[in-house]
Amino acid sequence: MSRPGSLLRHPRLLLGFRIVVFALAIAWPLSWACRVAQGEAGPDPGRYLLLEFGIGALTLLLLVLALTPLAKLTGWPGFGLVRRQLGVWAFVYALAHFACYLLFIIGLEPALLLADLSRRPYIIVGAAALLLLGLLAATSPRAMVRRLKKRWKPLHRMVYLALALVLLHFFWIVRADLGEWGRYALIALGLMLLRWPPLARRLGGWRRASGAGTEVNRRR
Amino acid sequence: MLIRRREHSHALEHEVTPERLYRDYRDFRRERRRVLAGALGFGAACALPRAFAAAGGYEDIDPGSAPDWFGQRLGDARWKAVEPGPEDRLTPFDDVTHYNNFYEFGSGKDDPARYAGGLVTEPWSVVIDGEVARPGRLALEDVIGESRLEERIYRLRCVEAWSMVIPWLGVPLADLLARVEPTSKARFVRFESLHDPEQMPGQRSRYGLIDWPYTEGLRLDEAMHPLTLLAVGLYGRSLPNQNGAPLRLVVPWKYGFKGAKSIVRISLTDTQPSTSWQSLAPNEYGFYANVNPKVDHPRWSQASERRLPSGLFRPNLIETRMFNGYADQVASLYQGMDLKADY
Repeated sequence: MSRPGSLLRHPRLLLGFRIVVFALAIAWPLSWACRVAQGEAGPDPGRYLLLEFGIGALTLLLLVLALTPLAKLTGWPGFGLVRRQLGVWAFVYALAHFACYLLFIIGLEPALLLADLSRRPYIIVGAAALLLLGLLAATSPRAMVRRLKKRWKPLHRMVYLALALVLLHFFWIVRADLGEWGRYALIALGLMLLRWPPLARRLGGWRRASGAGTEVNRRR
Repeated sequence: MLIRRREHSHALEHEVTPERLYRDYRDFRRERRRVLAGALGFGAACALPRAFAAAGGYEDIDPGSAPDWFGQRLGDARWKAVEPGPEDRLTPFDDVTHYNNFYEFGSGKDDPARYAGGLVTEPWSVVIDGEVARPGRLALEDVIGESRLEERIYRLRCVEAWSMVIPWLGVPLADLLARVEPTSKARFVRFESLHDPEQMPGQRSRYGLIDWPYTEGLRLDEAMHPLTLLAVGLYGRSLPNQNGAPLRLVVPWKYGFKGAKSIVRISLTDTQPSTSWQSLAPNEYGFYANVNPKVDHPRWSQASERRLPSGLFRPNLIETRMFNGYADQVASLYQGMDLKADY
Protein backbone atom coordinates (compact mmCIF):
# COMPACT_ATOMS: atom_id res chain seq x y z
CA MET A 1 0.00 0.00 0.00
CA SER A 2 1.33 3.42 -0.88
CA ARG A 3 1.59 5.91 1.89
CA PRO A 4 0.31 9.25 0.66
CA GLY A 5 2.09 11.16 3.37
CA SER A 6 5.59 10.11 2.45
CA LEU A 7 4.84 10.38 -1.24
CA LEU A 8 3.82 14.01 -0.79
CA ARG A 9 7.09 14.71 0.97
CA HIS A 10 9.21 13.24 -1.81
CA PRO A 11 11.95 15.78 -2.71
CA ARG A 12 11.29 15.47 -6.43
CA LEU A 13 7.62 16.18 -5.94
CA LEU A 14 8.43 19.23 -3.85
CA LEU A 15 10.88 20.46 -6.48
CA GLY A 16 8.25 19.86 -9.16
CA PHE A 17 5.74 21.92 -7.16
CA ARG A 18 8.16 24.83 -6.95
CA ILE A 19 8.75 24.68 -10.70
CA VAL A 20 5.00 24.62 -11.37
CA VAL A 21 4.49 27.69 -9.17
CA PHE A 22 7.32 29.42 -11.04
CA ALA A 23 5.76 28.57 -14.41
CA LEU A 24 2.31 29.76 -13.32
CA ALA A 25 3.69 33.06 -12.09
CA ILE A 26 5.13 33.64 -15.57
CA ALA A 27 2.13 32.26 -17.46
CA TRP A 28 -0.35 34.61 -15.78
CA PRO A 29 1.09 37.87 -17.18
CA LEU A 30 1.72 36.09 -20.49
CA SER A 31 -2.02 35.47 -20.74
CA TRP A 32 -2.58 39.23 -20.37
CA ALA A 33 0.01 39.91 -23.06
CA CYS A 34 -1.82 37.48 -25.36
CA ARG A 35 -5.09 39.34 -24.78
CA VAL A 36 -3.39 42.61 -25.65
CA ALA A 37 -1.78 41.08 -28.77
CA GLN A 38 -5.15 39.81 -29.95
CA GLY A 39 -6.83 43.13 -29.35
CA GLU A 40 -9.11 41.74 -26.65
CA ALA A 41 -7.87 44.08 -23.95
CA GLY A 42 -9.77 47.09 -25.30
CA PRO A 43 -8.64 50.47 -26.59
CA ASP A 44 -6.49 51.27 -23.55
CA PRO A 45 -4.12 48.29 -23.21
CA GLY A 46 -1.67 50.27 -21.08
CA ARG A 47 -4.29 50.86 -18.43
CA TYR A 48 -5.44 47.25 -18.76
CA LEU A 49 -1.93 45.93 -17.98
CA LEU A 50 -1.52 48.49 -15.19
CA LEU A 51 -4.67 47.22 -13.48
CA GLU A 52 -3.92 43.53 -14.06
CA PHE A 53 -0.42 43.84 -12.58
CA GLY A 54 -1.75 45.83 -9.63
CA ILE A 55 -4.50 43.35 -8.82
CA GLY A 56 -2.06 40.51 -9.57
CA ALA A 57 0.48 41.82 -7.05
CA LEU A 58 -2.21 42.12 -4.38
CA THR A 59 -3.49 38.62 -5.17
CA LEU A 60 0.01 37.13 -4.83
CA LEU A 61 0.52 39.00 -1.57
CA LEU A 62 -2.68 37.50 -0.19
CA LEU A 63 -1.63 34.08 -1.50
CA VAL A 64 1.71 34.37 0.31
CA LEU A 65 -0.11 35.12 3.54
CA ALA A 66 -2.43 32.17 2.97
CA LEU A 67 0.49 29.74 2.75
CA THR A 68 1.29 29.59 6.45
CA PRO A 69 -2.29 28.82 7.53
CA LEU A 70 -2.50 26.28 4.68
CA ALA A 71 0.71 24.58 5.82
CA LYS A 72 -0.59 24.44 9.36
CA LEU A 73 -3.90 23.06 8.24
CA THR A 74 -2.51 20.36 5.96
CA GLY A 75 0.94 19.77 7.39
CA TRP A 76 2.33 19.71 3.85
CA PRO A 77 5.76 21.36 3.58
CA GLY A 78 5.28 22.32 -0.08
CA PHE A 79 3.32 25.43 0.90
CA GLY A 80 6.16 26.73 3.05
CA LEU A 81 8.70 26.05 0.32
CA VAL A 82 7.18 28.46 -2.21
CA ARG A 83 6.53 31.28 0.23
CA ARG A 84 9.65 33.33 -0.45
CA GLN A 85 9.39 32.65 -4.18
CA LEU A 86 5.82 33.94 -4.34
CA GLY A 87 6.78 36.95 -2.25
CA VAL A 88 9.43 37.86 -4.80
CA TRP A 89 6.86 37.42 -7.57
CA ALA A 90 4.51 39.82 -5.78
CA PHE A 91 7.31 42.39 -5.93
CA VAL A 92 7.99 41.68 -9.61
CA TYR A 93 4.30 42.22 -10.42
CA ALA A 94 4.27 45.44 -8.38
CA LEU A 95 7.37 46.60 -10.27
CA ALA A 96 5.64 45.87 -13.59
CA HIS A 97 2.60 47.80 -12.31
CA PHE A 98 4.88 50.76 -11.60
CA ALA A 99 6.52 50.44 -15.04
CA CYS A 100 3.05 50.55 -16.68
CA TYR A 101 2.28 53.73 -14.74
CA LEU A 102 5.56 55.32 -15.89
CA LEU A 103 5.14 54.28 -19.52
CA PHE A 104 1.43 54.50 -20.20
CA ILE A 105 -0.02 56.92 -17.65
CA ILE A 106 2.58 59.66 -17.31
CA GLY A 107 4.55 58.93 -20.50
CA LEU A 108 7.95 58.86 -18.76
CA GLU A 109 7.60 62.52 -17.85
CA PRO A 110 9.87 63.19 -14.83
CA ALA A 111 7.98 66.38 -13.91
CA LEU A 112 4.70 64.46 -13.70
CA LEU A 113 6.31 61.76 -11.57
CA LEU A 114 7.69 64.36 -9.16
CA ALA A 115 4.35 66.14 -9.00
CA ASP A 116 2.54 62.87 -8.28
CA LEU A 117 5.10 61.81 -5.67
CA SER A 118 4.84 65.10 -3.86
CA ARG A 119 1.10 65.74 -4.08
CA ARG A 120 -0.87 62.55 -4.39
CA PRO A 121 -1.32 60.39 -1.30
CA TYR A 122 -2.23 57.22 -3.21
CA ILE A 123 0.93 57.46 -5.31
CA ILE A 124 3.06 58.08 -2.21
CA VAL A 125 1.53 55.12 -0.41
CA GLY A 126 1.94 52.94 -3.51
CA ALA A 127 5.58 53.95 -3.85
CA ALA A 128 6.19 53.17 -0.17
CA ALA A 129 4.64 49.72 -0.61
CA LEU A 130 6.80 49.11 -3.68
CA LEU A 131 10.00 50.07 -1.83
CA LEU A 132 9.04 47.86 1.09
CA LEU A 133 8.30 44.89 -1.17
CA GLY A 134 11.64 45.55 -2.90
CA LEU A 135 13.46 45.40 0.44
CA LEU A 136 11.74 42.14 1.30
CA ALA A 137 12.45 40.67 -2.14
CA ALA A 138 16.11 41.67 -1.88
CA THR A 139 16.41 39.85 1.44
CA SER A 140 14.60 36.75 0.24
CA PRO A 141 17.42 34.70 -1.32
CA ARG A 142 18.64 31.89 0.93
CA ALA A 143 22.04 33.55 1.39
CA MET A 144 20.37 36.68 2.75
CA VAL A 145 18.20 34.64 5.11
CA ARG A 146 21.35 33.07 6.53
CA ARG A 147 23.19 36.35 6.79
CA LEU A 148 20.40 38.17 8.59
CA LYS A 149 19.90 35.28 11.03
CA LYS A 150 17.58 36.36 13.82
CA ARG A 151 16.85 39.72 12.24
CA TRP A 152 15.26 38.12 9.17
CA LYS A 153 11.95 37.25 10.75
CA PRO A 154 11.14 40.64 12.29
CA LEU A 155 12.18 42.29 9.01
CA HIS A 156 9.85 40.10 7.00
CA ARG A 157 6.94 40.74 9.33
CA MET A 158 6.86 44.07 7.48
CA VAL A 159 4.90 42.21 4.81
CA TYR A 160 1.81 43.02 6.89
CA LEU A 161 2.62 46.70 6.64
CA ALA A 162 3.10 46.31 2.87
CA LEU A 163 -0.31 44.67 2.58
CA ALA A 164 -1.93 47.50 4.53
CA LEU A 165 -0.27 50.09 2.27
CA VAL A 166 -1.35 48.26 -0.87
CA LEU A 167 -4.95 48.11 0.33
CA LEU A 168 -4.88 51.81 1.20
CA HIS A 169 -3.43 52.59 -2.25
CA PHE A 170 -6.29 50.60 -3.83
CA PHE A 171 -8.91 52.20 -1.56
CA TRP A 172 -7.86 55.69 -2.58
CA ILE A 173 -8.40 55.12 -6.29
CA VAL A 174 -11.94 53.77 -5.93
CA ARG A 175 -14.35 56.11 -7.68
CA ALA A 176 -17.88 54.82 -7.41
CA ASP A 177 -18.09 51.27 -6.04
CA LEU A 178 -16.25 49.74 -3.08
CA GLY A 179 -17.39 46.19 -3.91
CA GLU A 180 -14.19 44.92 -5.54
CA TRP A 181 -11.93 46.55 -2.98
CA GLY A 182 -14.12 45.14 -0.23
CA ARG A 183 -13.61 41.57 -1.43
CA TYR A 184 -9.82 41.87 -1.23
CA ALA A 185 -9.97 43.68 2.11
CA LEU A 186 -12.21 40.94 3.52
CA ILE A 187 -9.80 38.20 2.47
CA ALA A 188 -6.92 40.17 4.00
CA LEU A 189 -8.87 40.55 7.22
CA GLY A 190 -9.60 36.81 7.27
CA LEU A 191 -5.92 35.95 6.79
CA MET A 192 -4.96 38.31 9.61
CA LEU A 193 -7.55 36.72 11.90
CA LEU A 194 -5.98 33.30 11.26
CA ARG A 195 -2.79 34.71 12.78
CA TRP A 196 -4.54 35.66 15.99
CA PRO A 197 -2.87 33.28 18.51
CA PRO A 198 -5.99 31.49 19.82
CA LEU A 199 -7.12 30.80 16.25
CA ALA A 200 -3.65 30.01 14.96
CA ARG A 201 -3.15 27.37 17.68
CA ARG A 202 -6.46 25.77 16.89
CA LEU A 203 -5.50 25.55 13.21
CA GLY A 204 -2.58 23.22 13.93
CA GLY A 205 -4.49 21.39 16.65
CA TRP A 206 -7.35 20.69 14.30
CA ARG A 207 -5.15 18.74 11.93
CA ARG A 208 -3.53 16.71 14.70
CA ALA A 209 -6.89 15.94 16.25
CA SER A 210 -8.31 14.76 12.94
CA GLY A 211 -5.33 12.40 12.74
CA ALA A 212 -5.10 12.78 9.01
CA GLY A 213 -2.16 12.97 6.66
CA THR A 214 1.52 13.26 7.16
CA GLU A 215 1.79 13.79 10.87
CA VAL A 216 0.42 10.30 11.51
CA ASN A 217 2.87 8.74 9.12
CA ARG A 218 5.79 10.43 10.74
CA ARG A 219 4.83 9.18 14.16
CA ARG A 220 4.90 5.64 12.93
CA MET B 1 5.34 32.86 -28.89
CA LEU B 2 2.27 34.48 -30.28
CA ILE B 3 -0.70 32.15 -30.57
CA ARG B 4 -3.23 33.44 -33.05
CA ARG B 5 -6.76 32.18 -32.72
CA ARG B 6 -9.23 33.01 -35.44
CA GLU B 7 -12.11 35.04 -34.08
CA HIS B 8 -15.58 34.07 -35.19
CA SER B 9 -15.90 37.54 -36.58
CA HIS B 10 -12.79 37.28 -38.75
CA ALA B 11 -13.75 36.20 -42.23
CA LEU B 12 -11.62 33.85 -44.27
CA GLU B 13 -10.48 34.99 -47.71
CA HIS B 14 -13.06 32.89 -49.58
CA GLU B 15 -15.89 34.18 -47.43
CA VAL B 16 -15.38 37.76 -48.47
CA THR B 17 -18.10 39.18 -50.68
CA PRO B 18 -16.72 40.54 -53.97
CA GLU B 19 -16.64 44.31 -53.88
CA ARG B 20 -18.98 44.76 -56.85
CA LEU B 21 -21.68 42.60 -55.26
CA TYR B 22 -21.24 44.44 -51.99
CA ARG B 23 -21.58 47.82 -53.65
CA ASP B 24 -24.68 46.75 -55.56
CA TYR B 25 -26.24 45.48 -52.36
CA ARG B 26 -25.33 48.67 -50.54
CA ASP B 27 -26.96 50.80 -53.20
CA PHE B 28 -29.99 48.54 -53.09
CA ARG B 29 -30.22 48.95 -49.32
CA ARG B 30 -29.86 52.69 -49.63
CA GLU B 31 -32.67 52.83 -52.16
CA ARG B 32 -34.86 50.53 -50.08
CA ARG B 33 -34.28 52.73 -47.06
CA ARG B 34 -35.40 55.80 -48.97
CA VAL B 35 -38.57 54.06 -50.13
CA LEU B 36 -39.26 52.60 -46.70
CA ALA B 37 -38.74 55.94 -45.02
CA GLY B 38 -41.47 57.41 -47.18
CA ALA B 39 -43.85 54.49 -46.79
CA LEU B 40 -43.48 54.35 -43.05
CA GLY B 41 -44.60 57.90 -42.55
CA PHE B 42 -48.09 56.65 -41.76
CA GLY B 43 -47.64 53.81 -39.34
CA ALA B 44 -45.05 55.50 -37.18
CA ALA B 45 -47.30 56.07 -34.20
CA CYS B 46 -47.57 52.39 -33.29
CA ALA B 47 -43.84 51.89 -33.81
CA LEU B 48 -41.95 48.83 -32.66
CA PRO B 49 -38.17 49.00 -32.60
CA ARG B 50 -36.75 47.79 -35.87
CA ALA B 51 -33.41 47.60 -37.58
CA PHE B 52 -32.31 50.33 -39.95
CA ALA B 53 -29.00 50.27 -41.68
CA ALA B 54 -26.65 52.78 -40.13
CA ALA B 55 -26.51 55.82 -42.38
CA GLY B 56 -24.14 58.67 -43.14
CA GLY B 57 -21.34 56.58 -44.58
CA TYR B 58 -21.24 54.10 -41.67
CA GLU B 59 -22.69 51.14 -43.60
CA ASP B 60 -20.29 48.75 -41.89
CA ILE B 61 -21.61 49.59 -38.43
CA ASP B 62 -24.05 47.25 -36.69
CA PRO B 63 -27.29 49.22 -37.12
CA GLY B 64 -28.95 47.98 -33.93
CA SER B 65 -32.65 48.68 -33.61
CA ALA B 66 -34.54 51.93 -33.48
CA PRO B 67 -38.12 53.15 -33.54
CA ASP B 68 -39.56 54.02 -36.96
CA TRP B 69 -39.43 57.77 -36.46
CA PHE B 70 -35.68 57.51 -35.98
CA GLY B 71 -35.27 55.74 -39.29
CA GLN B 72 -37.20 58.47 -41.05
CA ARG B 73 -35.21 61.22 -39.38
CA LEU B 74 -31.96 59.66 -40.52
CA GLY B 75 -33.05 60.39 -44.07
CA ASP B 76 -32.74 64.17 -43.74
CA ALA B 77 -30.03 64.28 -41.09
CA ARG B 78 -27.38 66.98 -41.51
CA TRP B 79 -24.20 64.92 -41.74
CA LYS B 80 -20.91 66.29 -40.40
CA ALA B 81 -22.55 69.46 -39.13
CA VAL B 82 -19.64 69.83 -36.71
CA GLU B 83 -16.27 68.29 -37.51
CA PRO B 84 -13.31 67.90 -35.17
CA GLY B 85 -9.79 69.18 -35.69
CA PRO B 86 -7.57 67.74 -38.42
CA GLU B 87 -5.58 65.68 -35.91
CA ASP B 88 -8.69 64.17 -34.30
CA ARG B 89 -9.35 60.72 -35.71
CA LEU B 90 -12.64 58.95 -34.99
CA THR B 91 -12.40 56.42 -32.18
CA PRO B 92 -13.51 53.09 -33.67
CA PHE B 93 -17.14 52.08 -33.05
CA ASP B 94 -16.06 48.98 -31.13
CA ASP B 95 -14.07 51.06 -28.67
CA VAL B 96 -16.79 53.69 -28.33
CA THR B 97 -19.24 50.92 -27.41
CA HIS B 98 -17.01 48.71 -25.25
CA TYR B 99 -15.16 51.19 -23.07
CA ASN B 100 -17.79 53.05 -21.10
CA ASN B 101 -18.40 54.63 -17.74
CA PHE B 102 -22.07 53.99 -17.06
CA TYR B 103 -22.12 53.10 -13.39
CA GLU B 104 -25.78 52.09 -13.51
CA PHE B 105 -24.47 48.92 -15.17
CA GLY B 106 -21.32 48.41 -13.08
CA SER B 107 -18.02 50.10 -12.42
CA GLY B 108 -15.92 48.15 -14.95
CA LYS B 109 -15.29 49.69 -18.37
CA ASP B 110 -16.80 46.65 -20.11
CA ASP B 111 -19.73 46.24 -17.69
CA PRO B 112 -22.08 48.54 -19.66
CA ALA B 113 -21.51 46.61 -22.91
CA ARG B 114 -22.11 43.38 -21.01
CA TYR B 115 -25.16 44.30 -18.96
CA ALA B 116 -26.98 47.11 -20.79
CA GLY B 117 -28.32 44.91 -23.59
CA GLY B 118 -31.62 44.25 -21.85
CA LEU B 119 -32.49 47.87 -21.12
CA VAL B 120 -35.92 48.64 -22.55
CA THR B 121 -35.74 51.99 -24.35
CA GLU B 122 -38.96 51.86 -26.34
CA PRO B 123 -41.36 53.40 -25.53
CA TRP B 124 -39.52 56.21 -23.73
CA SER B 125 -40.75 59.50 -22.40
CA VAL B 126 -39.20 62.46 -20.67
CA VAL B 127 -40.82 64.61 -17.99
CA ILE B 128 -40.29 68.34 -18.48
CA ASP B 129 -41.03 70.34 -15.36
CA GLY B 130 -40.00 73.18 -13.10
CA GLU B 131 -39.73 76.75 -14.30
CA VAL B 132 -41.30 76.28 -17.74
CA ALA B 133 -44.47 77.62 -19.30
CA ARG B 134 -45.22 74.29 -20.94
CA PRO B 135 -44.43 71.40 -18.59
CA GLY B 136 -45.48 67.87 -19.42
CA ARG B 137 -44.43 64.40 -20.40
CA LEU B 138 -43.00 64.14 -23.90
CA ALA B 139 -42.53 60.99 -25.94
CA LEU B 140 -38.93 60.72 -27.11
CA GLU B 141 -40.03 61.55 -30.65
CA ASP B 142 -41.51 64.81 -29.40
CA VAL B 143 -38.37 65.66 -27.44
CA ILE B 144 -36.66 65.79 -30.83
CA GLY B 145 -39.67 67.60 -32.29
CA GLU B 146 -39.24 69.21 -35.67
CA SER B 147 -35.51 69.69 -35.33
CA ARG B 148 -33.33 68.08 -37.96
CA LEU B 149 -30.94 65.45 -36.64
CA GLU B 150 -27.37 66.70 -36.80
CA GLU B 151 -24.17 64.78 -36.79
CA ARG B 152 -21.66 66.42 -34.45
CA ILE B 153 -18.20 64.94 -34.25
CA TYR B 154 -17.00 65.94 -30.80
CA ARG B 155 -14.00 65.19 -28.65
CA LEU B 156 -15.05 63.49 -25.41
CA ARG B 157 -12.69 64.07 -22.49
CA CYS B 158 -13.29 61.84 -19.47
CA VAL B 159 -12.33 63.14 -16.03
CA GLU B 160 -10.19 59.99 -15.75
CA ALA B 161 -7.75 61.47 -18.30
CA TRP B 162 -8.71 59.46 -21.38
CA SER B 163 -10.51 60.78 -24.43
CA MET B 164 -12.28 59.74 -27.61
CA VAL B 165 -13.63 61.32 -30.79
CA ILE B 166 -17.27 60.37 -31.36
CA PRO B 167 -19.73 61.15 -34.19
CA TRP B 168 -22.93 61.88 -32.24
CA LEU B 169 -26.38 62.26 -33.74
CA GLY B 170 -28.77 64.60 -32.02
CA VAL B 171 -30.38 68.01 -31.76
CA PRO B 172 -29.36 71.16 -29.89
CA LEU B 173 -30.77 71.17 -26.37
CA ALA B 174 -31.62 74.82 -27.02
CA ASP B 175 -34.32 73.72 -29.51
CA LEU B 176 -36.17 71.74 -26.85
CA LEU B 177 -35.74 74.44 -24.21
CA ALA B 178 -37.13 77.08 -26.57
CA ARG B 179 -40.22 74.95 -27.17
CA VAL B 180 -41.02 74.41 -23.49
CA GLU B 181 -40.52 78.14 -22.76
CA PRO B 182 -38.44 78.65 -19.60
CA THR B 183 -39.93 81.23 -17.24
CA SER B 184 -38.03 84.32 -16.14
CA LYS B 185 -37.07 82.50 -12.93
CA ALA B 186 -35.32 79.63 -14.74
CA ARG B 187 -31.55 79.79 -14.20
CA PHE B 188 -30.40 76.16 -14.27
CA VAL B 189 -31.33 72.90 -15.98
CA ARG B 190 -31.32 69.63 -14.07
CA PHE B 191 -31.10 66.24 -15.79
CA GLU B 192 -32.20 63.01 -14.19
CA SER B 193 -31.28 59.54 -15.44
CA LEU B 194 -33.36 56.37 -15.22
CA HIS B 195 -33.53 54.75 -11.80
CA ASP B 196 -34.53 51.13 -12.28
CA PRO B 197 -32.52 48.60 -10.23
CA GLU B 198 -34.36 45.74 -11.94
CA GLN B 199 -32.78 46.68 -15.26
CA MET B 200 -29.62 48.30 -13.95
CA PRO B 201 -27.41 45.94 -11.92
CA GLY B 202 -25.05 48.73 -10.83
CA GLN B 203 -27.91 50.32 -8.91
CA ARG B 204 -28.31 47.06 -6.97
CA SER B 205 -24.70 47.05 -5.72
CA ARG B 206 -24.65 47.43 -1.95
CA TYR B 207 -21.21 49.00 -2.02
CA GLY B 208 -21.93 51.62 -4.64
CA LEU B 209 -21.22 55.16 -3.55
CA ILE B 210 -23.54 57.01 -5.94
CA ASP B 211 -26.93 58.05 -4.65
CA TRP B 212 -29.35 57.05 -7.45
CA PRO B 213 -30.86 58.39 -9.62
CA TYR B 214 -27.88 59.96 -11.36
CA THR B 215 -28.39 63.69 -11.70
CA GLU B 216 -26.51 66.36 -13.59
CA GLY B 217 -26.99 70.05 -14.22
CA LEU B 218 -26.05 73.03 -16.35
CA ARG B 219 -26.42 76.74 -16.04
CA LEU B 220 -29.19 77.92 -18.40
CA ASP B 221 -26.74 79.77 -20.68
CA GLU B 222 -24.58 76.63 -20.91
CA ALA B 223 -27.67 74.57 -21.70
CA MET B 224 -28.70 77.05 -24.41
CA HIS B 225 -25.23 77.07 -25.99
CA PRO B 226 -25.33 75.81 -29.59
CA LEU B 227 -22.68 73.15 -28.88
CA THR B 228 -24.80 71.50 -26.18
CA LEU B 229 -26.39 68.44 -27.72
CA LEU B 230 -29.21 66.07 -26.85
CA ALA B 231 -27.93 62.90 -28.50
CA VAL B 232 -30.08 60.02 -29.73
CA GLY B 233 -27.48 58.28 -31.86
CA LEU B 234 -23.87 57.81 -32.86
CA TYR B 235 -22.05 56.42 -35.89
CA GLY B 236 -25.15 56.89 -38.05
CA ARG B 237 -27.43 54.75 -35.87
CA SER B 238 -29.46 54.94 -32.67
CA LEU B 239 -27.55 55.12 -29.39
CA PRO B 240 -26.35 51.71 -28.24
CA ASN B 241 -27.73 51.05 -24.74
CA GLN B 242 -24.28 51.20 -23.14
CA ASN B 243 -23.80 54.74 -24.47
CA GLY B 244 -26.85 56.14 -22.70
CA ALA B 245 -29.80 55.07 -24.85
CA PRO B 246 -32.15 56.38 -25.84
CA LEU B 247 -31.39 59.99 -24.91
CA ARG B 248 -28.27 61.53 -23.43
CA LEU B 249 -26.61 64.86 -22.96
CA VAL B 250 -23.31 65.75 -24.66
CA VAL B 251 -21.43 68.86 -23.51
CA PRO B 252 -18.11 68.65 -25.34
CA TRP B 253 -16.18 71.28 -23.37
CA LYS B 254 -16.94 69.58 -20.03
CA TYR B 255 -15.76 66.30 -18.54
CA GLY B 256 -17.74 63.32 -19.77
CA PHE B 257 -19.61 62.74 -16.53
CA LYS B 258 -21.64 65.91 -17.16
CA GLY B 259 -23.32 64.05 -20.02
CA ALA B 260 -26.26 62.44 -18.23
CA LYS B 261 -27.38 59.19 -19.87
CA SER B 262 -30.80 57.56 -20.31
CA ILE B 263 -32.50 60.83 -19.36
CA VAL B 264 -36.05 60.57 -17.99
CA ARG B 265 -36.50 64.07 -16.62
CA ILE B 266 -35.38 67.58 -17.49
CA SER B 267 -36.23 70.28 -14.94
CA LEU B 268 -35.64 73.99 -15.06
CA THR B 269 -34.79 75.42 -11.66
CA ASP B 270 -34.05 78.75 -10.07
CA THR B 271 -31.29 77.34 -7.84
CA GLN B 272 -28.20 75.34 -8.73
CA PRO B 273 -29.19 71.66 -8.69
CA SER B 274 -27.10 69.17 -6.75
CA THR B 275 -25.34 66.71 -9.03
CA SER B 276 -24.27 63.12 -8.40
CA TRP B 277 -20.49 63.39 -8.50
CA GLN B 278 -20.39 66.71 -6.74
CA SER B 279 -22.49 65.31 -3.90
CA LEU B 280 -20.25 62.25 -3.70
CA ALA B 281 -16.91 64.11 -3.61
CA PRO B 282 -17.26 67.90 -3.77
CA ASN B 283 -13.49 68.41 -3.53
CA GLU B 284 -12.95 66.27 -6.64
CA TYR B 285 -15.87 67.11 -8.90
CA GLY B 286 -17.25 70.59 -9.28
CA PHE B 287 -20.59 71.70 -10.70
CA TYR B 288 -18.95 73.23 -13.74
CA ALA B 289 -16.47 70.44 -14.50
CA ASN B 290 -15.05 72.32 -17.48
CA VAL B 291 -12.10 70.54 -19.07
CA ASN B 292 -9.15 72.44 -17.66
CA PRO B 293 -5.53 71.22 -17.89
CA LYS B 294 -4.49 73.69 -15.19
CA VAL B 295 -6.83 72.43 -12.48
CA ASP B 296 -5.85 68.91 -11.45
CA HIS B 297 -8.15 66.32 -10.02
CA PRO B 298 -6.93 65.87 -6.41
CA ARG B 299 -5.89 62.32 -7.23
CA TRP B 300 -4.41 62.71 -10.71
CA SER B 301 -3.17 65.26 -13.21
CA GLN B 302 -5.46 66.69 -15.88
CA ALA B 303 -2.61 68.14 -17.95
CA SER B 304 -2.61 65.31 -20.49
CA GLU B 305 -4.90 62.57 -21.71
CA ARG B 306 -4.75 59.19 -23.39
CA ARG B 307 -6.52 59.53 -26.72
CA LEU B 308 -8.08 56.14 -27.38
CA PRO B 309 -7.27 53.78 -28.92
CA SER B 310 -3.85 54.04 -27.34
CA GLY B 311 -1.26 51.46 -28.34
CA LEU B 312 1.17 49.72 -26.01
CA PHE B 313 4.28 50.56 -27.97
CA ARG B 314 3.12 54.01 -28.98
CA PRO B 315 0.99 55.30 -26.11
CA ASN B 316 -1.21 58.04 -27.53
CA LEU B 317 -0.60 60.66 -24.83
CA ILE B 318 -1.63 64.16 -25.86
CA GLU B 319 -1.87 67.46 -24.05
CA THR B 320 -5.29 68.39 -22.75
CA ARG B 321 -6.63 71.68 -24.09
CA MET B 322 -8.55 74.35 -22.23
CA PHE B 323 -12.31 73.70 -22.57
CA ASN B 324 -11.32 70.55 -24.49
CA GLY B 325 -10.35 72.70 -27.47
CA TYR B 326 -13.70 74.55 -27.62
CA ALA B 327 -12.44 77.70 -25.87
CA ASP B 328 -13.21 79.93 -28.89
CA GLN B 329 -16.89 79.08 -28.62
CA VAL B 330 -17.41 78.81 -24.85
CA ALA B 331 -14.77 80.79 -22.94
CA SER B 332 -17.02 83.87 -22.93
CA LEU B 333 -19.54 81.98 -20.77
CA TYR B 334 -17.07 82.08 -17.91
CA GLN B 335 -15.71 85.59 -18.19
CA GLY B 336 -14.76 87.02 -14.82
CA MET B 337 -15.02 83.67 -13.08
CA ASP B 338 -12.15 82.09 -11.13
CA LEU B 339 -12.06 78.65 -12.74
CA LYS B 340 -9.74 77.38 -10.01
CA ALA B 341 -12.47 78.03 -7.45
CA ASP B 342 -15.40 77.11 -9.72
CA TYR B 343 -13.89 73.94 -11.20
